[in-house]
Amino acid sequence: MITFKLTPEQELIRASAREFAETHILPIAGELDEKQEFSRELTSKIAKQGYMGIIVPREYGGAGADVMTYCLIIEEISRACAAQSVTMSLTNSLVAGPIINFGSDEQKKKYLPPLARGEKLCCFALTEPNAGSDSANQETTAVLDGDEWILNGTKIFISNGGVADFAIVIASTDRAAKIRGLTAFIVEKGTPGFTVGVKENKLGIRASNTAELVFQNCRIPKANIIGGPGRGFRIAMDTLDGGRVGVGAQGVGIARAAFEAALKYARERKQFGSPLIDFQGLAHKLVEMQMEIETARLLTWKAAWLKDQKKRYAKDAAMAKLYGSEMATRVCHAAIQIHGGYGFIKDYPVERFYRDARITELYEGTSEIQRMVIASHVLK
Amino acid sequence: MNIIVTIKQVPDTNDVRIDPITGTLIREGVPSIVNPEDRHAVELGLSLRDEAGGGKVTVISMGPPQAEVALRQVLAMGADEAVLLSDRAFAGADTLATACTLYHAVKKIGVFDLIICGRQAIDGDTAQVGPQLAEFLNIPQVTYSVGARLENSKTLLVKRMTDVGFQTIAVPLPALVTCLKEANRPRIPTLRGCMDAYRERPFHVWDASYIGAPVDDIGLRGSPTQVRRTFQPSPRGNGFLLTGDAQDCVLRLVGLIHERGLV
Ligand SMILES: Cc1cc2nc3c(=O)[nH]c(=O)nc-3n(C[C@H](O)[C@H](O)[C@H](O)COP(=O)(O)OP(=O)(O)OC[C@H]3O[C@@H](n4cnc5c(N)ncnc54)[C@H](O)[C@@H]3O)c2cc1C
Repeated sequence: MITFKLTPEQELIRASAREFAETHILPIAGELDEKQEFSRELTSKIAKQGYMGIIVPREYGGAGADVMTYCLIIEEISRACAAQSVTMSLTNSLVAGPIINFGSDEQKKKYLPPLARGEKLCCFALTEPNAGSDSANQETTAVLDGDEWILNGTKIFISNGGVADFAIVIASTDRAAKIRGLTAFIVEKGTPGFTVGVKENKLGIRASNTAELVFQNCRIPKANIIGGPGRGFRIAMDTLDGGRVGVGAQGVGIARAAFEAALKYARERKQFGSPLIDFQGLAHKLVEMQMEIETARLLTWKAAWLKDQKKRYAKDAAMAKLYGSEMATRVCHAAIQIHGGYGFIKDYPVERFYRDARITELYEGTSEIQRMVIASHVLK
Repeated sequence: MNIIVTIKQVPDTNDVRIDPITGTLIREGVPSIVNPEDRHAVELGLSLRDEAGGGKVTVISMGPPQAEVALRQVLAMGADEAVLLSDRAFAGADTLATACTLYHAVKKIGVFDLIICGRQAIDGDTAQVGPQLAEFLNIPQVTYSVGARLENSKTLLVKRMTDVGFQTIAVPLPALVTCLKEANRPRIPTLRGCMDAYRERPFHVWDASYIGAPVDDIGLRGSPTQVRRTFQPSPRGNGFLLTGDAQDCVLRLVGLIHERGLV
């Protein structure tokens, strides 16, 4: 029942993603980071490879692949530039995911094909100034007026926010009903009253766009509700469960990049007359790094496998995300240590990996929130 | 336009070592890849097919069952159909027996406008199979090409690299072209391409009797080449670099040339 061997098809997909990332992403990743630039050109190349519609069914223009395949590709792309994998994970897990799972046929037909082809970008807007970890505490509201809902509120820290053609927005349609009163809307760019606010200046994933979204008496047609009024919290939590598997894969990719850089450096750099790798203290550090990466990858693959098998996977996704993200920070920390002072200098890529790794412990639920999720499963 | 591209699975020679006693390649643990120039050949085939507005690219390879992986990889680039020529009787083939086997396979495929081969395989470096295949088929050949485009449905304009510059040849079809890596940048398989390569594209395995190849002409029996001895060329001495002011370097260089009696 258990096999640790990828199929030849998966091997080919992985090798192709690696070649694509090394050819088209890696050479410009440092520069995009430095300039804090979201590249539409690169995004469209990624889409042409089919990586924006990995899990989108073929009838809607995607590849119709499984979550395991998604994780393989996310790992390879994150190894070159984590910010690009953020764009991919938004499109695949956070936006296409809920439309596939909860959307109407019309919504699928209208929104999935342009996403999969990379013609449209999208974002998922849950977080607010007073609704971070406590995401149920939504202050954005929507009130029904005839055939339209009138949306008011502000979302912050929204990945792709400034570049998206449409957003999935969670809002309260019934404050008294609390989480049962939350609803998921599709809001298109250009809708009067919908504007983009500040663009954030960030520590890491700087080539990903993070922005504030403002809604002022924004009129949304009824047909743009996903899954019906009151289902918003369920949709958001389900979507984040799925997204966490991908964050685990992101952590693995970033950590692998750091490990490979550290290994190369330890072979080349000499002190006291021998390469660093001959010092047992550093060799053992590299061993720990590799072991942690493999552990995280197995957790991620297990969560992906469970999701593909349509089994319960929320606990496993939280574990993959929690372990994968904290592991990535530890491994990147060690990679800088192995580089000595050079690791602190921007001529070497490990400082970027270190900064990028940090976000994986924060978004899609902080590490503390993951521990709460896991506790609710294992301590009951 | 119907195009046949021949490809070979080779050990990644970046990773290869030679057994010092037997003088043969140690293949253990060495990853296999599609011969690099063959990927360029496939790319050339795909772009000519698309430029012609239709037709088919068939990829063929003679090799052990594992060579399927290489064929799937080029199917993922966008080739339409693959043929693996696999039979114990093919084993031990030199370039002549290989070309003969490919010839029978091409006959079996039947109609074609163009055959494209990589110039040479990195594990043999002979550059003979393509030209020999053209001879077996009795069709014109253009070697060392760096690009090609259709002049009309019956003529291909092929740009080839020579020691003294480029030459463009108008060749009547059907013909055979061997291609260099300067010809193009091979496309990287898309996700759908990878999935279709394993799930959708026709894949055939043909043996010697199916293609009607006489046993005396193929494999070890059909191979006149005999390897007398293999050796590793002795490493050339270390080079050295003159650095500093250009004028000063030239003076030192001239001095060295005289000193060592090189002219
Ligand atoms: C770059 C970036 C991109 C993002 N992209 C998106 C996006 O696309 N869409 C979106 O909706 N959001 C996005 N976010 C928001 C992100 O999900 C939130 O920042 C995150 O959930 C934490 O919320 P907060 O920032 O309000 O922190 P807080 O919730 O204020 O947390 C502060 C600290 O308190 C801890 N804490 C909170 N509650 C508890 C508790 N009960 N027990 C123990 N500890 C607790 C937290 O773990 C944290 O350590 C993004 C954020 C960033 C930085």
